[in-house]
Amino acid sequence: MIFAIAGRELRSLFLSPLAWSILAVVQLILAYMYLAQIDLFMQLQPRLPMLPSAPGITEIVAVPLLGNAAMILLLVVPLITMRLISDERRNQTLSLLFAAPISMSAIVVGKFVGVMTFLLIMLLMILMMPLALLLGGSLDFGVLAAASLGLFLLLASFAAVGLFMSSLTAQPTIAAVSSFGVLLLLWILDWAGNNVGVEAGQGNDVLAYLSILRHYEALLKGVFNSADVVYYLLFIAVFLVLSIRRLDAERTQQ
Amino acid sequence: MSMDSLITVENLYRYYGELCAVHDLCFEVRRGEVIGFLGPNGAGKSTTMRIIGGNLAPSAGRVLINGIDILDRPTEAKAELGYLPESPPLYRDLTVDEFLTYCARINRIPRPQMRAAIDSAKERCGLTEVGRRLIVNLSKGYQQRVGIAQAIIHSPSVVLLDEPTVGLDPIQIREIRSLIRDVANEHSVVLSTHILPEVQSVCDRVQIINRGRLVLNESIEQMREKLQATTLLVALRSMPLINELESISGVQGVESLDDGRVRISYATDDDPSDAIVEQAVANGWGLHELIPERETLEQVFVDITSSDAHAHVEAESEGAVA
Repeated sequence: MIFAIAGRELRSLFLSPLAWSILAVVQLILAYMYLAQIDLFMQLQPRLPMLPSAPGITEIVAVPLLGNAAMILLLVVPLITMRLISDERRNQTLSLLFAAPISMSAIVVGKFVGVMTFLLIMLLMILMMPLALLLGGSLDFGVLAAASLGLFLLLASFAAVGLFMSSLTAQPTIAAVSSFGVLLLLWILDWAGNNVGVEAGQGNDVLAYLSILRHYEALLKGVFNSADVVYYLLFIAVFLVLSIRRLDAERTQQ
Repeated sequence: MSMDSLITVENLYRYYGELCAVHDLCFEVRRGEVIGFLGPNGAGKSTTMRIIGGNLAPSAGRVLINGIDILDRPTEAKAELGYLPESPPLYRDLTVDEFLTYCARINRIPRPQMRAAIDSAKERCGLTEVGRRLIVNLSKGYQQRVGIAQAIIHSPSVVLLDEPTVGLDPIQIREIRSLIRDVANEHSVVLSTHILPEVQSVCDRVQIINRGRLVLNESIEQMREKLQATTLLVALRSMPLINELESISGVQGVESLDDGRVRISYATDDDPSDAIVEQAVANGWGLHELIPERETLEQVFVDITSSDAHAHVEAESEGAVA
């Protein structure tokens, strides 16, 4: 059931030129950053052996690449998730799902799985770049794995927010703008924590802790802390449950 | 509630804010029955259909599909239900085959039976030729057929069709009607419409709803009896005196019309047509028209809905005075 919905979602994504152009543009921009990062590594290379505990190619090329990818995907994921539910509401196809013997949670999870499959394809395409370095060197797979897990969880959180925003409206653009707003806000919550946190104490620590970026940074450094993973899982669960509640409320509205 | 009732609607209410769209609706649909759900626009037909179809929660009351409450156990209840909403829910960027496969999957048809279910739905709806075409490129009539195919693909015991012939040309309407008759052979059908001939040609039972209330619930046979002629329109070249006509046996009243014809009323069991013809021939009245005036479903419909509206207006003005 879930996979039927996920499959259709993925299909619809690839039937529109939007998905293809997003894949292409993201790949192009990240490839440029990747090449710039390799350039930097080439410059640094002669001096690296002299440093104690010098950063390797994973730290210099792969980690910044995944860090930048998070920033770009923050802009891009809302465009992919915007149509999930709002488009169905606008075309009145939602009644097909409501009249079928499936639960609201299956609908929401199905759509989430569909969009996550797309994002996973995108993630694999991005990971091809650091993996290509294996042709001429060796990678720190521990760091790379932690960073990719971080990016995956981050993307899943973006998608969950996007899905919820899409369930609120019948206009895809409104869904895109509002999920972008929410994500950016969650991203920069951290600033308040950083700047004034030292003097003001507790309240800002909480804000910093809630920031979606803070947890990603730890994983990027290769630090696998289960608290960070649990943060993302909870974050995803909350927005999925909110979407289910929203769809349930659809029937009782007005 | 009989064992054989597939849909039971009990004391259904639905409010949109202050507006009461459905008011204390009760009815049953039995196995194998085709029900015409009639009403003017805005009477609450679609709201009722959406509630039965699980798209809208009622404000109060219950809906049982095959004895299963649609709010308590929605997935089981919906498995017995096929629903075509007012605007067919089609993914326009899929082909007919892809769309029907998707519908088969979300309706939990097991994989081995899926192919057969899709093929039979396509065949019954006349879609075999267009399986590989994109839905967006189909004509409205064909899109409507895809909508119906979607509703019957999992062979539900009840099919709800909400105004399935709106916006189609007369030929398409005839095709869709014969398709509905075909569907009715195997499923119970609830057909909502505001087109009266549709009901007369397809349905076993008529339910008229007005302002959210059920105002008439009768079988087509009962309706036919009701609709029997009780007046004749008669045109004569040389008009006799009115009391000459009144003296014919069986004639209860004579009314002369502006165009020179007369309307003769009589009791249902005593038709005076024969006597009138005999008299006309014997007296040389020059009879050239004799038309039994049959009350149509349309008149019943207009009478019921407009008298109700009238009563409503009166009630309101009384309220204003009080």
